[in-house]
Amino acid sequence: MGIFPFLVVAWVVVAGLYGIVTSRDLIHQIVCLIVVQSSTYVLLLGVGYVTGGAAPYFFDIPLHTKAVDPVVQALALTDVVVEAAVTALLLSFAIQAQKRFGTLDPTELAEFKG
Amino acid sequence: MSPAARRWAFLIAGSGLVAFYLWGLTGLPGFGDYPGPYGTIINQVAVTQTKATAVVSAINFEYRGIDTVGEEFILFAAAAGMSVVLRKLREERETEPADEADSRTVPPSSSAVRVAALLMVGPTAVLGWWLASHAQASPSGGFQGGVILASALLLIYLAGEFLSFRRLSPDALLDAVEAVGAGGFAAIGLAAIVMNLPYLYNYLPLGTIPGAVSSSGTIALISFFVGIEVAAAFTAIVGELLDQTLLRSA
Repeated sequence: MGIFPFLVVAWVVVAGLYGIVTSRDLIHQIVCLIVVQSSTYVLLLGVGYVTGGAAPYFFDIPLHTKAVDPVVQALALTDVVVEAAVTALLLSFAIQAQKRFGTLDPTELAEFKG
Repeated sequence: MSPAARRWAFLIAGSGLVAFYLWGLTGLPGFGDYPGPYGTIINQVAVTQTKATAVVSAINFEYRGIDTVGEEFILFAAAAGMSVVLRKLREERETEPADEADSRTVPPSSSAVRVAALLMVGPTAVLGWWLASHAQASPSGGFQGGVILASALLLIYLAGEFLSFRRLSPDALLDAVEAVGAGGFAAIGLAAIVMNLPYLYNYLPLGTIPGAVSSSGTIALISFFVGIEVAAAFTAIVGELLDQTLLRSA
């Protein structure tokens, strides 16, 4: 496996960024931002992986079993929550942009002044 | 900037980013060669210290408890911010649903969808409740359980019952539940200070059997409060978006 998961991270980031840069629609742009952010899940869980490690839940496995890093998993949870909050807010901004200016195209929106 | 120029700028900047990233990777330990001491140490001590078998929950609601307070208030602020951004504008008025489409017959949702959605409401709510109240035992917790509880309400909407969805989630009730959830978490932490202990100190009895419902002290309690906060916040967020369909420019 080596560095394969980390290459996936790079691919997901760049694919998402490409979408953000070339997007012609705010909703599409928000989805691209979610794509970029989902790369952090792969990165966090990849960093904490221990070869042959079990999930860090010692309910039905004996204590001191080799397990993966739970700290990055907790961080991934925070990540998901923040993403949900950010997405919700951005979507409401998109709704207001559509209402005020009648368009969701970022290029056209740039021509309007607040 | 023209779309073509933008693409070129991205191509140059993006390949630079990838080059730096790949360069950085050469110094990192490979996938699976976990170097850090923290994960290993916490896996060894967490179950004994907190009597929670779910180490991730122990970290979220105990070791990193203060971070999670912040995280919960991010969600709280986002839900509040959303209702500010989407407030009714002066030139908008709220219309009763479906009174503008007299000439057009709206196809009702099919019986199959309605029955399936309504049948799933109960089990989904139970699953959400179970997840929110078993953070200490298994891969679950308030955040996951809360989202699933909110989707139980959304299934009612999916069944074509917009009015029932809004009747079951009136704004005043949602606000109150959200406040109880977020405030409960903060209050559990403050109670520790009143007892002359550090903020969010786990002062409740930890129980004897790791992973039992009564174990892990404040971890389970905090997770439960987080669950109701998250359920209310997500219902508010979705309700706010659905309400937009009722607004018309005058």
